[in-house]
Amino acid sequence: MKKLMLGNQAVARGAYEAGVTVVSSYPGTPSTEITENIVKYDEIYVEWAPNEKVAAEVAIGASIAGARSMSCMKHVGMNVMADPMFTVSYIGTNGGLVFCVADDPGMHSSQNEQDSRHYARAAKLTMLEPSDSRECKEFTKKAYEISEKYDIPVIVRLSTRVSHSQGLVEECERENVELKPYEKNIAKNVMMPANAKKRHVDVEDRNNALKEFAENTSLNQVEINSEEIGVITSGISYMYAKEALGDRVSYLKLGMVYPLPDKLLKDFAKKHKKVYVIEELDPIFEEYCKSLGIEVIGKEKFTMLGEYTPSMIKKAVFDEDEAESVNADFDIPVRPPVMCAGCPHRATFYVLKKLGLTVSGDIGCYTLGAVAPLASVDTTICMGASVSAAHGMAKARGEEFNKKLVAVVGDSTFIHSGITGLIDIVYNKGNNTVIILDNSITGMTGHQDNPTTGFTIRKQPTKQVDLELLAKAVGIDRVVIADPFDVKNFEKVVKAEVEAEEPSVIIAQRPCALLKTVNYTGHCEISDKCKNCKMCMKLGCPAITATQDGVKIDPNQCNGCGLCINVCPFGAINKA
Amino acid sequence: MTKNIMIVGVGGQGTLLASRILGNTVINEGYDVKVSEVHGMSQRGGSVVTYVKYGKKVYSPIVDKGEADIILAFEMLEASRALPFLKKGGIMIANTQQIDPMPVITGAAKYPEDIEGKLKEKVNLISLDASELALKAGNIKAVNVVLIGVMAKSTDIPYEKWVETIKTTVPEKFLEINLKAFDLGYNL
Repeated sequence: MKKLMLGNQAVARGAYEAGVTVVSSYPGTPSTEITENIVKYDEIYVEWAPNEKVAAEVAIGASIAGARSMSCMKHVGMNVMADPMFTVSYIGTNGGLVFCVADDPGMHSSQNEQDSRHYARAAKLTMLEPSDSRECKEFTKKAYEISEKYDIPVIVRLSTRVSHSQGLVEECERENVELKPYEKNIAKNVMMPANAKKRHVDVEDRNNALKEFAENTSLNQVEINSEEIGVITSGISYMYAKEALGDRVSYLKLGMVYPLPDKLLKDFAKKHKKVYVIEELDPIFEEYCKSLGIEVIGKEKFTMLGEYTPSMIKKAVFDEDEAESVNADFDIPVRPPVMCAGCPHRATFYVLKKLGLTVSGDIGCYTLGAVAPLASVDTTICMGASVSAAHGMAKARGEEFNKKLVAVVGDSTFIHSGITGLIDIVYNKGNNTVIILDNSITGMTGHQDNPTTGFTIRKQPTKQVDLELLAKAVGIDRVVIADPFDVKNFEKVVKAEVEAEEPSVIIAQRPCALLKTVNYTGHCEISDKCKNCKMCMKLGCPAITATQDGVKIDPNQCNGCGLCINVCPFGAINKA
Repeated sequence: MTKNIMIVGVGGQGTLLASRILGNTVINEGYDVKVSEVHGMSQRGGSVVTYVKYGKKVYSPIVDKGEADIILAFEMLEASRALPFLKKGGIMIANTQQIDPMPVITGAAKYPEDIEGKLKEKVNLISLDASELALKAGNIKAVNVVLIGVMAKSTDIPYEKWVETIKTTVPEKFLEINLKAFDLGYNL
């Protein structure tokens, strides 16, 4: 029977059917649900690792040990695991090894719009790109065949619209794959110069063999409908093109996006008067075609920015307008994401803003601390950068600046790569204040456990990293645990720590309001003691609005967390 | 012909469950289906858009401007934002609830007045207070199923088929409330 599955869910199903036994990942939108769906299969060992590099290395180790293994990440996660990826390309595989990477064109939930296809070429790894859920499952299985046959880790590239669209998938039985024997093989598995030089020769030979494979594989499909126009495309762009242009053009749909098939591309181009390359983000196929001397139309017609749509493709190729539509003739205010009612981060940023501090920020729900009215966060770069960048800022501008500077980093992000920055601060005699926003969960990606929560991905109790002891162990003597909802005390703590003549860590402890264990009750109400001073409005709580008749709290939005009660100078807010 | 449905609302309103009920109901009818969802940052109180497309063969999972047969809006401002996606002659089903976005809360922008009236002038609008019906069913959170009920009436898929999917999609302990919510929407 066919089932409706997310692309990510179908990748997980593909891994299951392919006999995978080890999966290690770090969550990241839009890739998270692959690993979350692996949890359904008891036959597979699955874990959340502290970061993508660790996760990839776990999968690499499992492959060397003979198992079919997988590691999944978002595009920026691939940057974190790039180091082992480039070298495991030389080592190759024993058990099949697949990395799944999900790009985010349009940046629905990311800090950049990088195109991961560059990595396939740079690391000389085969890359497959499915265009819907059915292909997600099929291509994942195919990736394992290629990986073992050609002794190569294979990347399956997804994008938000493939990962987060559901389509029909037929389930099959799981293949019983025996562990491959493990044999010590220093020449293949120890990458030091003498061995790596020989393996590089093998890597180039392997790439040539895979170029041959690409010419004939059913992963690449030609559909001839016209002598006039041919379209070279892949992934979700194929689906958009097919809907927009239908049978009026021919298609070369590339399911294998690296290495590319020279002959197939040339032959396809020859059969058409005009050839378009339709690819979201960077002109990778386009430039490759041009390097082969094939004349194609690409980025002069199609943007490098954001996601495509069928209507923009129709406009670009046939100059046909999109369907007639009605517009609202009034202004529609934007609705940016906000911290939820009851969010613990709101209290932290309220205090940081009040104290006028420069805030070196990081990646997570708390990036929203940069949004008005809190507008507290000054910088956001990548996972973990808050801590090390704050150190750099302090070294550049000196102690006076540092006394008005803090870094904020989530618990999961701190473990991911904030801890190394903290060690740098201690080792190099920095004097920063680092606030760990400990909300007891990985929030933004939808509540994944991490080393600080005390539970594994399968909800089994495990050792919990003690953030206080960890900070002390690397040499931070001033570690303070404080509840940001106790606003007065939290303000006192932050003031004292930025003033201190040594580095310090504040663990701002309060769980995410969306956790099932958090039970705020009732809702807050404004009494007639209200002087309309609008202090509570500074919190940027979605439940509190200023109306012509004074400030109002929407009982449907409010979850009764009581933070506004703590900031009201007139005691005018009560719990109903 | 492919049928295009758009579900719009505010992150946290339960639009994902609505799209799943819809998606699962139409596959049981033998159609090809694609559902495109939004996860991650936008779910934190931002505008969220889900597309459900079904027909003999569906390629693109997204709906373009002017191509939605039905728009199911969980909130009035989001209904007006989605307006350009409605097909000529399409149906807009909107919950009259208003949720202020942050620019309105901070006073940087104004929530438009009488969106309901303005939309009625332009398109075929079915508006209702789904929160009230959800409360009547027993839980304000059943707003999504009330709206699915209203929408179900505009399709040619019979009542029982929807009930069947709700039974397999919704957790047992909320089933009774959800079935009641669906019924209240369907018989609006």
